[in-house]
Amino acid sequence: MIALLRRDLKLAIRAGGGFGLGLAFFLILVVLVPFGVGPESGILSRIAPGILWVGALLSCLLSLDRIFQLDYEDGTLDLLATAPLPLEAAATLKALSHWLTTGLPLTIAAPFLGVLLSMPSEATLWLVASLAIGTPALSMLGTFGAALTVGLKRGGLLVSLLVLPLYMPTLIFGAEAVSRGAQGLPATTALLFLAAITAGCAALLPFASAAALRMNLR
Amino acid sequence: MSIWEYANPTRFMQTSGKLLPAVSVLSFVCLVVGLIWGFFFTPDDYRQGSTVKIIYLHVPSALMAINGWLMMLVTSLIWLVRRHHVSALAAKAAAPVGLTMTIIALVTGAIWGQPMWGTYWAWDPRLTSFLILFLFYLGYMALWAAIENPDTAADLTAVLCLVGSVFALLSRYAVNFWNQGLHQGASLSLDKEENVADVFFFPLLVAIAGFVLLFLALVLLRTRTEIRIRRAGALIARERLS
Repeated sequence: MIALLRRDLKLAIRAGGGFGLGLAFFLILVVLVPFGVGPESGILSRIAPGILWVGALLSCLLSLDRIFQLDYEDGTLDLLATAPLPLEAAATLKALSHWLTTGLPLTIAAPFLGVLLSMPSEATLWLVASLAIGTPALSMLGTFGAALTVGLKRGGLLVSLLVLPLYMPTLIFGAEAVSRGAQGLPATTALLFLAAITAGCAALLPFASAAALRMNLR
Repeated sequence: MSIWEYANPTRFMQTSGKLLPAVSVLSFVCLVVGLIWGFFFTPDDYRQGSTVKIIYLHVPSALMAINGWLMMLVTSLIWLVRRHHVSALAAKAAAPVGLTMTIIALVTGAIWGQPMWGTYWAWDPRLTSFLILFLFYLGYMALWAAIENPDTAADLTAVLCLVGSVFALLSRYAVNFWNQGLHQGASLSLDKEENVADVFFFPLLVAIAGFVLLFLALVLLRTRTEIRIRRAGALIARERLS
């Protein structure tokens, strides 16, 4: 299991593209927003939590088709399916390595980008907490979407269409937690709901992803 | 005699062939009676005026949009558990009908909302969750269209339908958390306290029956078409082999 995780991480970091790309996209999105809505800090700080969450979500989407596609093309996925390691565990590890290469860097980068959007400083803690809790759910849902479309030639757009509606509850609670935190309201409820979604995803989605993978490999 | 006998395509074709004309005629009668009764023979509401009459399209279509997804969920489960092809094809056949119902509900709601709320669209929990349902229908149909092998497509869409149902339900309640509602509460319920007045209620019931039957007729028709497409495909494949 650890070997598989290390292999995925190495591939993601060394094989170029995937690792830095999501982060760069996030940065560019955040830089573009002030040009779109104007530089007044009042408006920016009002919309900063939402923009940061939507940005994190979109950057997660970018690298989804890499989760299984390369492994499917060179046959690694067939080997994984016949290996003694259950396919559910492999799907969990894939989601974990996707999170380590996109969700975690985004969480770390978000407070600095929040400064660019003049986000109130009270919200920073909530932003980091909600991203840290919420992005694993995004990775797991994305893994499920990628597992559904693994056999397709141009699955990239389809994945977005399938996965975005599934992201909706996570986005709602995540952005709500930050914007409540920014206004100094208690944000724990939203954060707890977010944690519930992540826990539920972790418990159930590996089975769905593995089932979808088996159907695709049959 | 068990219900699973109808999972045999030949048996299904026989039975649905007999049912379809009856269901279609009944649905037509109910729709004509319900809509004409509703549009021309009920009084105007004292506050909403004649715009209240859009209820005869809005409520039944919204009802069928949700129940259409529920039917897809049940048929997907049956396909995953018992692998009856008719079940998978019925789920495939129901999706565009459910999508159309969702669009009708959204559009009639918007048309009613303009004079009543002063806006075509508001980010109200009910409206938003319907929009999300619309997206789920789109994704489901896109996945069916994208995969070539019919069995794999049936499997994957069934799994998507299961996961999607959980998240559609989750979104339905998550949006409550996110914004306050503008939409009124339930206009129909079994407990009489909050029901609409009887003058509106009875034509509405007829219209709902019409929409249910219409949905049934369309799904039967489309499932029959799908089965025929499968058969034609099998015939063509056999021709090629010989």
